[in-house]
Amino acid sequence: MNFDLTEEQQMIADQAAKFVANESPVERFRKLREDERGWDPDMWAKMAEQGWLAIAIPEEQGGFGGTFLDMSLILEQLGRGLVPEPIIASAVLAGGILSDLGTEAQRDAYLGPMIEGSTSLAFAYAEKQSRYNLNDCATKAEKSGDDYTLSGEKVWVLNGHAADQIIVVARTAGGQLDDSGLSLFIVDGDAEGLTRITVPGMDGQRTAVLRFDGVKVGSDRLIGREGEALATIERTIDRGAAASVAEGFGAAQELFERTVAYLKEREQFGVPIGSFQALQHKAADMYAEIELCKSANILAAIQADNDDDQVRKADISSAKLQMSDGGWFIQENAIQLFGGIGVTDEQDEGLFFKRLRVLNGLFGDADWHVARFQTLKGFDAVD
Amino acid sequence: MELSYTDEQNRFREEVRTWISEAMPPEMKKHAEDGANFEQEEVVAWHKILYKKGWVAPNWPEEVGGPGWDVAQRSIFAEECVRANTPGLSPFGLSMVGPLIIQYGTPAQKERFLPKILACEEIWCQGYSEPNAGSDLASLQLRADKDGDHYILNGQKTWTTYAQYADWIFVLCRTSSEGKKQEGITFLLADINNTEGIEVKPFLTTGGTYAFSETWFKDARVPAENMVGPEGGGWTMAKALLGHERTGIGGIAESSRALTQVKQIAQRTQVGNSTLFDDPNFRTRIARKEMRLRSIELLQLRQLSAAQLGHAPGAESSVLKIVGTEMQQETMELAMDAMGHNAMGWLDSPEDALPSYQQAIASQFNYLRAATIYGGSNEVQKNIISKAMLRLPGA
Repeated sequence: MNFDLTEEQQMIADQAAKFVANESPVERFRKLREDERGWDPDMWAKMAEQGWLAIAIPEEQGGFGGTFLDMSLILEQLGRGLVPEPIIASAVLAGGILSDLGTEAQRDAYLGPMIEGSTSLAFAYAEKQSRYNLNDCATKAEKSGDDYTLSGEKVWVLNGHAADQIIVVARTAGGQLDDSGLSLFIVDGDAEGLTRITVPGMDGQRTAVLRFDGVKVGSDRLIGREGEALATIERTIDRGAAASVAEGFGAAQELFERTVAYLKEREQFGVPIGSFQALQHKAADMYAEIELCKSANILAAIQADNDDDQVRKADISSAKLQMSDGGWFIQENAIQLFGGIGVTDEQDEGLFFKRLRVLNGLFGDADWHVARFQTLKGFDAVD
Repeated sequence: MELSYTDEQNRFREEVRTWISEAMPPEMKKHAEDGANFEQEEVVAWHKILYKKGWVAPNWPEEVGGPGWDVAQRSIFAEECVRANTPGLSPFGLSMVGPLIIQYGTPAQKERFLPKILACEEIWCQGYSEPNAGSDLASLQLRADKDGDHYILNGQKTWTTYAQYADWIFVLCRTSSEGKKQEGITFLLADINNTEGIEVKPFLTTGGTYAFSETWFKDARVPAENMVGPEGGGWTMAKALLGHERTGIGGIAESSRALTQVKQIAQRTQVGNSTLFDDPNFRTRIARKEMRLRSIELLQLRQLSAAQLGHAPGAESSVLKIVGTEMQQETMELAMDAMGHNAMGWLDSPEDALPSYQQAIASQFNYLRAATIYGGSNEVQKNIISKAMLRLPGA
């Protein structure tokens, strides 16, 4: 047991911090809120040059052979700068699936260009009625000969509006709520029959509604085995959850540090407001939650790739709950401590508030993770 | 960074588990299974059993009697003790004054006191708080006047936990009223049994047990050689010791054990055609606590790991004290709710009304209201965080 970063990991974290400070302070994101794509392909290429998009991809697949923890260290720093490039959608979710299950040809065609930063990817799984349930899938892929025809609708697809390819969950067998019969297909963003509707979000980032109206793909677009995708989807969502914890932890830290600085600088009644004990104790409570979120982030980063799905789910869900409850405590009190200016758009704190709330609801909210935790084997054990 | 256990560590866990199971006397085991309050004799008996095995002071360096374990082994050992619900040992010697003497004591003090702490030949208690010095500890007034090679002590200490069982007391006393109030404080060790003028009177707590005492000093003569650190250096000693205390008093392992107990009660409690454990609301309440506890456990591991690297516990341990003791109270509140109308019972309720394994819960629920108060109240911990970690003005 050891909680120290290795020298190499410390270097990754330091480089990412420096990159965010120099290349992508919050002002950059502020401007991109008005941009149609919402992120910058040139910045995406720079991130690829840093090696970030391939960091957790095995060396034999052209990656750097790191672990999820390496990715988590980067995401934490990106969270501090509200960096909007689609690293979670593209590298963590879709990249992870291609790395796990893709054939060599599929990896060459889709993973290679993404990790070089010349394309971006997305993973479309949620539907209007599915909420967070991963087995609830009405989108169908009907087989005729060697081809599949996809029809249905996906919602809140991260980077779905801009991705060059999208990995889609579709049902090749069974009823809408069955665990089996789910398959993964990789579809071009400009495929015939695919309509993409860009959806601006509360946090200033963009997602998409994707309508599949008889989109035809060949069997070379099937990723993994037909009808057996649920375990991969669950693993992918757990990676997403761990990624959202990492980004959220970075954002929460930044927001907290800005709040403490403000308590020292803002004066009322002739003294800094941070000299009032009511506010000091609020800040101390926030610090306690930061420390717990840090623990949760470590837990999530270490367990994200655990092959024992019972252990992995228990710890990922616990981490997500902590980041959700603790993150909320920090964000609501940060705005309260800033007072009126905390609710003005010109102040950055509101941007962090919004992003944290969006991250709370990604990849299962607290209630969903608490419910999932109760279905795990370990929960009933009392010895 | 690495969270999982090696094969060797898993073998160590097996070894500890087997040993505990064989080493616990049958009567003690029965009490452990019932989750009962242990008698002082049982606590002492278990201390001596661990001492013979060489496992009584996991956190002490090997050269003064520790087992030479790393963080992982220590946390495995702690987990296994909780799993078996072994008696909790008194922290005052092993976790508080012992480590302080190791850190600041003279060679003679180390030789005189440490072996007897290990062997449980001398039991310790803490003399910090006074009737008018609680959270404002530095305003303490217990006088220590130098008389040759002795100090003469006059005054009163309170909340001297388990003083009625103790042979020795470590006290903070005032050797000077000059300058800042923190600067006139000195750390002394006093022999309760063999010093005239020390009187101990236990309080009955709301938990129905005698945990705390009041201790009076009337012209009690304490040899100056029993001073730890320099005269006037007591506040530094107190802070160092509080750091050691805070990591231990989060009660993390106890909360984990309490949650297991809550599940046992819920599984054995019939509600209509199913059990309380099948009730979605109650399951969710348990799950949320268990999940939050996971992050708290990891926070403790991070601190243990930092301590192993030689960092003295700092204000970070205040966080663990706050979140740990809050969790301890919340798990007991949950246990009371799990009991339903059985929660009306008390320590002496007959088994006809209250199953033996539920008998101690109301007592612990009451007593543990002290958890957020002792060891520096949680509000004092927040003052420490505001000052030491956040450096807020005027904190």
